[in-house]
Amino acid sequence: MNNHSDITHTANTSKDTNKKTASVRTMDIVSKGLARRYKAEKRFRLYGLSAIILSMAFLSILFISIISNGYTAFQQTYVQLDFFLDPDTIDTQALHDANYHAMVKNSLRDMFPEVKTRSHKRKLYDMISTGAAYQLQDFVRKNQQMIGSVIQLWVPADDDVDMLMKGHIPRDVPETERRIKDIQLSWIDRLQEQGRLKKRFNTTFFTAGDSREPELAGILGAVTGSFYTLIVTLLLSFPVGVATAVYLEEFAPKNRWTDIIEVNINNLAAVPSIVYGLLGLAVFLNFFGLPRSVPLVGGFVLTLMTLPTIIIASRAALKSVPPSIREAALGVGASKTQMVVHHVLPLALPGMLTGTIIGMAQALGETAPLLMIGMVAFIVDIPGGITDPSTVLPVQIFLWADSPERAFLERTSAAIMVLLAFLVTMNAVAVFLRKKFERRW
Amino acid sequence: MSSSNLLLVLLMLTAGGYFLGRRRAFAVADTSGRGQHILHSRPTYYGALAALWCALPSLIVFCFWRFFESHVITHLVIGGLPPDMQSLPADRLGLVINDIRNLVFGHIVPQEISPAIQEAAAHYTRLKTLSHAALAVMVTTIALVGILWVRKMISPKLRARNHVENTVKYLLIACSTIAIFTTIGIVLSVLYEAIRFFKIVPFHEFVFGLDWSPQMAIRADQVGSSGAFGAIPVFMGTLLISAIAMCVAVPIGLMSAIYLSEYANKRFRAVAKPLLEILAGIPTVVYGFFAALVVAPLIRNAGVSVGLDVSSESALAAGLVMGIMIIPFVSSLSDDVINAVPQSLRDGALGLGSTHSETVRLVVLPAALPGIVGGVLLAVSRAIGETMIVVMAAGLAANLTVNPLKTVTTVTVQIVTLLVGDQEFDSPKTLAAFALGLMLFVITLFLNVIALVVVRKYREQYE
Repeated sequence: MNNHSDITHTANTSKDTNKKTASVRTMDIVSKGLARRYKAEKRFRLYGLSAIILSMAFLSILFISIISNGYTAFQQTYVQLDFFLDPDTIDTQALHDANYHAMVKNSLRDMFPEVKTRSHKRKLYDMISTGAAYQLQDFVRKNQQMIGSVIQLWVPADDDVDMLMKGHIPRDVPETERRIKDIQLSWIDRLQEQGRLKKRFNTTFFTAGDSREPELAGILGAVTGSFYTLIVTLLLSFPVGVATAVYLEEFAPKNRWTDIIEVNINNLAAVPSIVYGLLGLAVFLNFFGLPRSVPLVGGFVLTLMTLPTIIIASRAALKSVPPSIREAALGVGASKTQMVVHHVLPLALPGMLTGTIIGMAQALGETAPLLMIGMVAFIVDIPGGITDPSTVLPVQIFLWADSPERAFLERTSAAIMVLLAFLVTMNAVAVFLRKKFERRW
Repeated sequence: MSSSNLLLVLLMLTAGGYFLGRRRAFAVADTSGRGQHILHSRPTYYGALAALWCALPSLIVFCFWRFFESHVITHLVIGGLPPDMQSLPADRLGLVINDIRNLVFGHIVPQEISPAIQEAAAHYTRLKTLSHAALAVMVTTIALVGILWVRKMISPKLRARNHVENTVKYLLIACSTIAIFTTIGIVLSVLYEAIRFFKIVPFHEFVFGLDWSPQMAIRADQVGSSGAFGAIPVFMGTLLISAIAMCVAVPIGLMSAIYLSEYANKRFRAVAKPLLEILAGIPTVVYGFFAALVVAPLIRNAGVSVGLDVSSESALAAGLVMGIMIIPFVSSLSDDVINAVPQSLRDGALGLGSTHSETVRLVVLPAALPGIVGGVLLAVSRAIGETMIVVMAAGLAANLTVNPLKTVTTVTVQIVTLLVGDQEFDSPKTLAAFALGLMLFVITLFLNVIALVVVRKYREQYE
């Protein structure tokens, strides 16, 4: 009996547990899986975060490598030399005829009288930049009353000396693998002891054009070229871009023709920039016969390239002006043009300007199309107008990056820093404009 | 008078025309207020009308004159040359003209100058001075006539506002057609040279050829410079580098977009998003420098240390850096489409008990997929058209390989190397660049159109 009841009891309980397990099992499955799912959740979150951290890391590596390579370029090694401006060799009537190179060499020989052999002399002369003679010439031209006396001038050292001073040429490698020889090292040490060898702020970098000698190369030519190119671009692309946006947004009837224009502009925005270079080469240079390497043509090409950006931004700005403004203007009797010019444009202008600045920043950093129209030439002079041969800052960076000298490496990085500084400023202005004038309707 | 001076004078005349027109409008208006002579438009419109009539016709004349000036003068100078020089073949004649021009503009002339050329140069200078003087007189006359004519026309009944507004409207239309002309210009210029190229090198040889070495023999006996124009290795190299770039950019860009739009709080987003966009604003030449200076040696050293043979201009370095450049592009496009997925879908999935990541993976991403695909296609077209990174970090050798550690070349690199420097416009070497440019344009256009179609189709689902 007992046994029986036991059996029924167990049967009952087993049925119970069956029910229970059936109902518990789904929950169990869910809770069993929960840990795994939460882990997956955490992992997924981690992936996202690490993706962002990775991009930030790339960004910082980029900046750190450029700054660490480039900051030394803002300093340059100078050597103080004594020159006797001999009235017998310098004719005040023909100042540029005097042999200033020989004067630099004389000065060096006087400083190191023990140097006798030819090869050592050449090594000695190699330590001073060829720019020293020109600097001396300039000085003499400006200070003619000093002729006949001894003067002291800080002249730029050769780029190899400069690199040594900046620690880019290690002293402990075998002499044969070093561009600075042991004897030159001893001279450099002596000059340093005398306080005649110093690193000073590199003004040449900001006041000179391009040069084959790194210590004489500067970015002013490229910056001026960029300036002229951007001026042409701005003067053409802003009015045309705004006019196109105004027409498409305010006047154009909705028909097939305007549809084509719209699709066209969207496609042009995605055409690779180098194709614009091909266009410039085939149309502006070959068909219209405009000169090569001038900012005018560069500006034309960049105008065509930035127009889509400006048009799209301007249209967005026009779209954000509420229709009530337009209706009110029309309601008090303004014509459509008056409505646009007096009411809509002023309200949309900040947005248009922001778009234009961003387009200009794009144009400032653009290189590829300008290579096609020959703005890649080696140009020493600082351009004086939009029809002078010139190069632009990014192209200068490209040219220097190709140079084998170690000293050009730091100058390339420094030029990049200048370019990035310009871009950051422009973008900051754009952001400021947007923040200051943005209106929420 | 130089053209800049002339334009300055024109500007002053235009300003003068404006004030004159305005003053005239005030003068003809009846100020007694009896109503018969009330001006139709506000006085400024009369001024604007005078200014327009002063500036527009003279500017048009100016542009046409400047455009045809040198052609006409050259033609006249050739006509004035001695007959034996005129009968020279076209290319020799071109050299002579060049010499004359160099002489006129004070450039260095290579060889000694024959009296005939000296004479022609003097002729050229005379004609040029004459033409400039004629232009100056004509432009100022047209401008003055325009002003005077409008001034005579001005009466209270003249519908100045309508005239001005109509002109402005046509100017706006003219501006908006520039976009069309740009496209036509691109297509025509690239197509024209490409067709010339395909006349020399058959199309199928270009598209299916396996050998690319565009150096043409300068001398007949030169070795190994027959010039082969099979573009397959170039296309493969482009694809390889773009694929590497996409392998970097798509996962990182997509995941950061997901994190930013689904997980990040407002403050983190406000900091991280602009920082990401800095990556997009850095000029490509900087990336190229970075790739060549930092990344390529790094990869090479790493490869050498594990015993791999890595080229110093490996596809991997260029692709990697290009990928970094494209990250913000992918992430901002994906961010937009993920934000466009309606919140109700997320709420439904969360309500059924799925975790946040499951919601994103199983609900949000599938819903956003068309948009993401569109964005990725745009990014691919960006990668294919990118120039400076590959010019600086990838090589010139056209190897047909899929090994990312080897050197490959791309379409854009070839265009740049073929076209930078002096070119002659009838050698297949130069024309090949335009054929490659045509391919580039067509492929990127195709990708963009598909991307736009995909994105547009997707948008219709929720709106």
